[in-house]
Amino acid sequence: MSETPILRLSNINTHYGQIHILQDVSLEVYSGELVCLLGGNASGKSTTLKTILGIVKPTSGTIEFRGEPVQQRPTSYRIERGMAVVPENRRIFGSMTVEENLEMGAYLRNDRDGIKEDFERVLKLFPRLKERLHQLGGTLSGGEQQMLAMGRALISRPHLLLMDEPSMGLAPILVEQNFEIIQQINQQGTTIFMVEQNANMALSIGTRGYVLQTGRVVLTDQAKNLLHDEQLRKAYLGR
Amino acid sequence: MDAFLAQLPQQIINGLTLGAVYALIALGYSMVYGVLQMLNFAHGDVYMIGAFIGYGVMVALIPEGAPLITPVFIIILMLLVAMLGCGLLGVAIEQFAYRPLRNSPRLAPLISALGVSFFLQNAVQLTLTAEFRNYQTELLIPPGAGFDFGDTRLPMTRALVIVITIILMIVLQYLVRRTKLGKAMRAVAIDREAAAMMGVDVDRVIIATFFIGSALAGAAGVLTGIVFTRVWHFMGFTAGLKGFTAAVVGGIGNIPGAMLGGFLLGMTESFAVGFISPTYRDVIAFVVLVIVLLVRPRGLLGARIPQKV
Repeated sequence: MSETPILRLSNINTHYGQIHILQDVSLEVYSGELVCLLGGNASGKSTTLKTILGIVKPTSGTIEFRGEPVQQRPTSYRIERGMAVVPENRRIFGSMTVEENLEMGAYLRNDRDGIKEDFERVLKLFPRLKERLHQLGGTLSGGEQQMLAMGRALISRPHLLLMDEPSMGLAPILVEQNFEIIQQINQQGTTIFMVEQNANMALSIGTRGYVLQTGRVVLTDQAKNLLHDEQLRKAYLGR
Repeated sequence: MDAFLAQLPQQIINGLTLGAVYALIALGYSMVYGVLQMLNFAHGDVYMIGAFIGYGVMVALIPEGAPLITPVFIIILMLLVAMLGCGLLGVAIEQFAYRPLRNSPRLAPLISALGVSFFLQNAVQLTLTAEFRNYQTELLIPPGAGFDFGDTRLPMTRALVIVITIILMIVLQYLVRRTKLGKAMRAVAIDREAAAMMGVDVDRVIIATFFIGSALAGAAGVLTGIVFTRVWHFMGFTAGLKGFTAAVVGGIGNIPGAMLGGFLLGMTESFAVGFISPTYRDVIAFVVLVIVLLVRPRGLLGARIPQKV
């Protein structure tokens, strides 16, 4: 691919104190893709996501977002440039209403008409949220909270949607529904970078995948090839 | 019983006045705790500084016993200057004394707050001496002014305190409930990292919180001066403690709770003074508060919604 990627990480190293978490991580996400970052516990998946967002600062390496180096920029700048995130465990604002939660997703926008339009779009995608617009976020069920977290991220019409473990803590049937929605969002043109433990599920809807093991990218390929890869199983099982 | 009934309305007025001041102080405690989970024990001294700023404005505008401008404007100026000054002071305190310790163990900023408290008290004592200063309220509001309801009298000064407090609370509620800044403040209070993920500049929200909370304390200082007239460098200690108590009783971190807690504390104190004995005013007030906390440990409005994960 010769076009510039929406997101490019080059030789990222991250430390928590003395501990070297990410070691020379490089990856790219191109427009329209759904890229999965896979790996077991403590492989550095979440740290990668936090580094992309600017919550964790890398000790070396560059992050380019839409062609611009952003590794020195604060989180708010990156969000303003078009990132949005569905955080791990959803992180709904429990004592704010569903409507207010969605408004927080459009926090950096000032175009009233555009926001209104995107509200409509999101509520059409998740009709359940429309019924519960004035209910407090904390009173929603787990599945509804997942919808709210996705709606909150989509309301900003992101250039890149980041998702951290969308299957975590959801009942199997909800996980399946959830992945269908994610696939649908991707097919409608949103570029997605997803961190996920559930490799089979993620790869079944993904374009490409990266496999992370103890802070290093050990494998990368098209999603359909990774699904049957022996090495992926090794990375997960550790043998 | 008749004596009780006869006194009741008067004690309610006293309680509302005292409660208004406590509530304004409690709001700053509660808001800062909400966003930082930190007790700003210098808050009472910010209130004291507010009382002195108001005093300074008053002295400047009433140079020789005759007001230079219409008294109403003097009162408005005293409030605005004290609120602005205290707001900026609060922001400076956060910047220098708390921000460097943001990621330290929770005791560190608490100690730092006590340090700021001593610093402010001693700075005032050093520059203005430890003498009492008196607000010349009688030159601003005619001593006889007030409203009569049968046998009960609502003096103008007390009416002013109650009305200004209610206006400030309405403005604050509007700000927190309806504006973007208010939503950001609530989001940061609920989950700081998630708020940052939505693009909220957390540092700016914290600065705004300190500004608003401290400005309310400044207003409380001026209102105290207007009603009770006497101000001195150590007045922030007890008032801060009362404001903190009111915040805890209402449910710390909860804004309507701070208002409710303030009025409840003021009312209890005033009833204790009026119906039992002035000597036991604090004892009775705190006993009632201990009872409230035994029944509702999170405070009156401090109940949290269960968070599903």
